[in-house]
Amino acid sequence: MGKWTRRGFIGAGVIGGSVLVIGVAIRPGHRTPGLAGYVTGEGENLINAWVKIDENNKVTAIVPHSEMGQGAQTALTQMLADELDARWEDVSFIEAPAEDGYANYAMGKGYILGDMHIPKALVGTVDGVFMQVTNAIHLQITGGSASIRTTGVYGMRVAGAAAREMLITTAARSWDVKASELSTEDGMIVHKASDRKEPYATFAAAAGMLTPPSVPTLKTPEQFKIMGEDKPRFDIPAKVDGSASFGIDAVVDGMRYAAISAAPVFGARVQSFDASKAKSMAGVTDVVDLGDAISVVANGYFQASRALASIDITWTETGLKSMDSKAIFAQFQNDMAQANGKGDTHTDVKKGDVERAYKGAARVIERQYQVPYLAHTCMEPMNALARFADGKCEIWTGTQNPLGFKHEVAVALEIPPENVSITNHFMGGGFGRRSNSDAAVQAAKISKAVGAPVKLIWSREEDVRHDHYRPAVASNFKAALDEKGLPVAWENLFVDKHEPAEAPHVPYAIDNQLIHFADSPTHIPFGPWRSVDHSQHGFFTESFIDELAYEAKVDPYQFRRDLLGNHPRHIKVLDLVAEKANWQQALGKNRGRGISLQQSFGTLVGEVVEVTVTDGKIKVDRVVVAVDPGFAVSPDGLKAQMESGVIYGLSAALYGEISIDRGQVVQSNFHDYRAVRMSDAPKIETYIINSMESWGGAGEPGTPGTAPALANAIFAATGTRVRELPVSKYEFDVDFVEENEV
Amino acid sequence: MMKLSVNGQTHTLDVDPETPLLWVIRENVGLTGTKFGCGIAQCGACTVHIDGKPVRSCVTPISAVGNSEVTTIEGLADESGLHPVQQAWIAEQVPQCGYCQSGQIMSAVALLRDSPDPTDAEIDAAMQGNVCRCGMYQRIKRGIKRVASGEVQFFDPKSDIEVQHG
Repeated sequence: MGKWTRRGFIGAGVIGGSVLVIGVAIRPGHRTPGLAGYVTGEGENLINAWVKIDENNKVTAIVPHSEMGQGAQTALTQMLADELDARWEDVSFIEAPAEDGYANYAMGKGYILGDMHIPKALVGTVDGVFMQVTNAIHLQITGGSASIRTTGVYGMRVAGAAAREMLITTAARSWDVKASELSTEDGMIVHKASDRKEPYATFAAAAGMLTPPSVPTLKTPEQFKIMGEDKPRFDIPAKVDGSASFGIDAVVDGMRYAAISAAPVFGARVQSFDASKAKSMAGVTDVVDLGDAISVVANGYFQASRALASIDITWTETGLKSMDSKAIFAQFQNDMAQANGKGDTHTDVKKGDVERAYKGAARVIERQYQVPYLAHTCMEPMNALARFADGKCEIWTGTQNPLGFKHEVAVALEIPPENVSITNHFMGGGFGRRSNSDAAVQAAKISKAVGAPVKLIWSREEDVRHDHYRPAVASNFKAALDEKGLPVAWENLFVDKHEPAEAPHVPYAIDNQLIHFADSPTHIPFGPWRSVDHSQHGFFTESFIDELAYEAKVDPYQFRRDLLGNHPRHIKVLDLVAEKANWQQALGKNRGRGISLQQSFGTLVGEVVEVTVTDGKIKVDRVVVAVDPGFAVSPDGLKAQMESGVIYGLSAALYGEISIDRGQVVQSNFHDYRAVRMSDAPKIETYIINSMESWGGAGEPGTPGTAPALANAIFAATGTRVRELPVSKYEFDVDFVEENEV
Repeated sequence: MMKLSVNGQTHTLDVDPETPLLWVIRENVGLTGTKFGCGIAQCGACTVHIDGKPVRSCVTPISAVGNSEVTTIEGLADESGLHPVQQAWIAEQVPQCGYCQSGQIMSAVALLRDSPDPTDAEIDAAMQGNVCRCGMYQRIKRGIKRVASGEVQFFDPKSDIEVQHG
């Protein structure tokens, strides 16, 4: 389960730009020689780019995704091992190095097409193009809940199956029997007729010389032995004894520590600063002006941060002093009204004619919702260790995007990318934040400036105030109900659209739909936040459909169900979550249930939240989740992701708000940017449906449905409709028990 | 120069007395299992034991530690293996990113020492100061209950090895 070793790099040589390693089935051809040096040690043979088998029959999967607790490395290894028919006890993995050859081709394809279902007939024609595209944008990203549904499905399974076929072919030649007479079992080639059995290792070297089959036969679900089983995660033992190495734990000889303070107003620059006192303080070696930030370098982190606090920095005027949250939301409404008035909104979905439907409708209902900016607050604050010397830069950090970091550091230092190496570490939370290389780039610049290796650690305050935030969004709805209470028109106008494209869409059968958006840029930096656009639109659409159910005087579960005629998978999920949550059974006084249904990243999730509201105090008692990921490769891993996704969504829904005042972020640390704690955490039950439809993601789909189910539950309990998050903005008490100071 | 006893080893250190225990443990002693999360005792990632009691090392100046025995996550296991809380954490597959878990485990160990069969309310109170952004509270609670239901051996800090540091 090692990380990339230096030995591997030293023995490597240069990888050609034309080397492709992902998915032997989708890009046939023999590409292993260029990579062999990277991943093989003595006595090991590279079967193809995703797997190696050593002389002791130990199988190593080469996994191009980093670990932030989502369990992808274990699940992906399960996928490869099962198709290979390896013995699980002999299987481990290494994380792929940050090299272009490992660019996340499968994920790039998934994202760019916006659809994971690529018809077989098309695969051969689009591959070349996509390889170029993904190479160009340096994808080796862990995000988009993509590990299993892209790398796993298109890469690991195919690679495992291909390796197995190559081993069989080799054994058949060696034993002079027909390949069809051979079978595999627990890492052995078996010839039943002659009662012969040999480990894979015997044939590994010769198999590695073969061209991988372009379309190896995959197992059918009944043949799965390792996929669908709960295997203990590889990364957990090191996470209970303190030995797991996160980016912040990296150490090199002669290392110094850096603290940093970036311009509080985004876009401002250093105008002047007085570091005379800081420079005289104990342990301080350097003060570095990065243009948009000041950094102090010292022998210890405490010394660096203490000295940094003593520096009075004057920042340039940006003209953004009048910018605050209120102004931003007013701008959103204004930009939407203007664009709509001129008829130049961007159309996302247009079906039928909403305007005509309004005219013939029994009722027209309009509602407005809004959600704030959100920070990620990974438990591990942003950090990176950089060593710049002789025109080369080494970086140690935890990143969701090692290849992107490599190229961005290269650009920032104006050196070629091959002069940058990235050693990836465990991430103390990612959630999208660790796809941005800002701290790594700063560390590289500081190391270059001071001529020594430097570990830069952001304070929590820096982390909260210089995130790439989940964007704030305002979203306005208008719907028409007919005389029976059925929706006949659905109009949604919102600001700014990012990814995934389908996030604002609804599965409900409504004949007339207009989903459109207006641009309304602000100066606040934004980036992917767990479930990306689904985090906002899941709340909007699943709240508004609930409001329509109420207006139609129909049970909100039944109302949704009646509109899901073409979606049997959705109905199953909705039925299961309602059943498990005892939906039909009335709750007592002050209590309420809310339901939501959301498809994201290929996975369907139904959630029911139960709340008790006593004297305005909200207690979330229970969350029931029904999830259809197509197939759960690791059922307990999927459960863990649902639990995690729900809590992450709940923290945001209850208290999450990054507000802007005078152009800068108001919040600074966990006391004013709160997270759910033990006593606030509801009981979470997860029920899995293996529909065997195309396989979906796990890391993000649990998050979007929590806020609307909570808001709908609060409405059921109190009659108060939450249309603006977080819930703490309303007259509710969401306080937790104050911690006793220890 | 000052002496600091961590996990049974005494270290002689040359550090500013204002330096928080967290940074001394991580940078001078060289044990990185104790984590920096907030710097203001709001998240619990830096929790260690001082004479068996959980403290937030990020706000505890080294000068306040004196002759007390400090125990970190690295000091929980002994010759017989992992501490029962650590074993329970593996059994329940508690950690996700794992960054907060050193602190969670140190808080749980202290709780179980004082209250071997804690109620839900006691668990809530004892673990309230430890934030887990991956939201693994349910598994943490199960892990604590697993230990409570089984044979539990508690770590007994010893001070018998001397190590020098610059």
